[in-house]
Amino acid sequence: MAVLERSARRLGALVLLAAATALQVAAPARAEEAPDALVKRVAQDVLATIKADPLIQAGNEARIREVIETKLLPNFDFARMTALAMGRNWRSATPEQQKRLTDEFRGLLVRTYSGALNQYRNETVEYKPLRMNPGDTEVMVRTAVQRAAGAPVQIDYGMEKKADSWKCYDVVVAGVSLVTNYRDEFNAQITNGGIDGLIRTLADRNRGVAAK
Amino acid sequence: MASEPHVTRRRRSPLTVPVALAAALLAGCAAVPSRVDPLEPMNRALYEVHEVVDTNFARPLAQAYVDLMPTPIRTAVSNVFNNIDDLFSAVNGLLQGKTDKAGHDLGRVILNTGFGFGGIFDLASEMGIPRGNEDFGQTFAVWGFGQGPYLFIPVFGPTTVRDGAGVLLRIAVGPVGTIHDVALRNSLYGVGAVDLRAQALGASEIVDTAALDRYLFIRNAYLQRRRYLVYDGEPPREKEEDE
Repeated sequence: MAVLERSARRLGALVLLAAATALQVAAPARAEEAPDALVKRVAQDVLATIKADPLIQAGNEARIREVIETKLLPNFDFARMTALAMGRNWRSATPEQQKRLTDEFRGLLVRTYSGALNQYRNETVEYKPLRMNPGDTEVMVRTAVQRAAGAPVQIDYGMEKKADSWKCYDVVVAGVSLVTNYRDEFNAQITNGGIDGLIRTLADRNRGVAAK
Repeated sequence: MASEPHVTRRRRSPLTVPVALAAALLAGCAAVPSRVDPLEPMNRALYEVHEVVDTNFARPLAQAYVDLMPTPIRTAVSNVFNNIDDLFSAVNGLLQGKTDKAGHDLGRVILNTGFGFGGIFDLASEMGIPRGNEDFGQTFAVWGFGQGPYLFIPVFGPTTVRDGAGVLLRIAVGPVGTIHDVALRNSLYGVGAVDLRAQALGASEIVDTAALDRYLFIRNAYLQRRRYLVYDGEPPREKEEDE
């Protein structure tokens, strides 16, 4: 029979929180804004919007998508995320395939986040001091999310400095990278059906076909 | 455990398990053997068994527990089990030479046991004393043992040879195991299991949405999480192939 080990529960909680809190990076960029300041501004903005919006509180999916599209997505670098999840297979994809992969992976992540957004409403976020050297172009912004009940969950955002602003390329929830977590799954799909097979699988999932 | 709940999500025919086992074994043979998961064909078969048990029994039971039990009672149950975990976290902190963490955990146990009515109230967290989250599996890792093959155990969930050994040791020396009344002891194990499953209910839905292959998704999340715990939240960055 099952045991009192906590790892199974943690596994569950972390995947959930991954999705729930990826929401918290968002909104249009400002010049010279530090990566931790960006994460904080976007998180506050999204959390405030969720709390204040009666449509979202009622579970209106279209409105949830809209908040994600306008506040969250502009701060992500989906091409980089997809490349990370693809690993060495990224280079063997044609530019056209890379674009389709990025679009479909973006769709999958957005669907996951919207589902999580429906579940989590009353978190508060603690922002940890940023450890960053001058000239760094990549940095982890560390936060801890306190839920209504239970232990806080650490959520870290991998941020990369781009030409005009910092962009998020990874969300690490309780130690689980949402992006690299897909690497084996992508690999398996590519082994079985090639890159086009992976694109088809992602597209199917985005149309609501259940995973095996 | 309680009577069979009638809230099953998906009905499966009696043939589902053998067919799934055969399919998993075949799929496993075709796949490239994984370094971390050399037993993947067997694990996938066990995972299919788990899914059937979970869908028809564990998940509905946990959902019923959440629906029927008031939140304060469920929180109290979690707190009592967490308090025992904290005691073992203190022991493992010491075994790894992490005296600061062990001190926090020991302080938590004393505070919550003495002033929190045997751990029913988690005063220590309200006072901001962090949980150490150490366990025997992490101690073995710090002592230099490799994680060994990944294992998926039906109902219990994902583990590795190293972590599984830690869990067995924990059960062997844990307080619940010392209870001689078999019915009471098994009831406590049962409540603990339902408590765990209930806390992962939301996560199941996320995995349903996020995963292309649920087995791989869970495996990778588990292994990443354990690595993160072994390194106390700051794992060295893994080499990124070609990126």
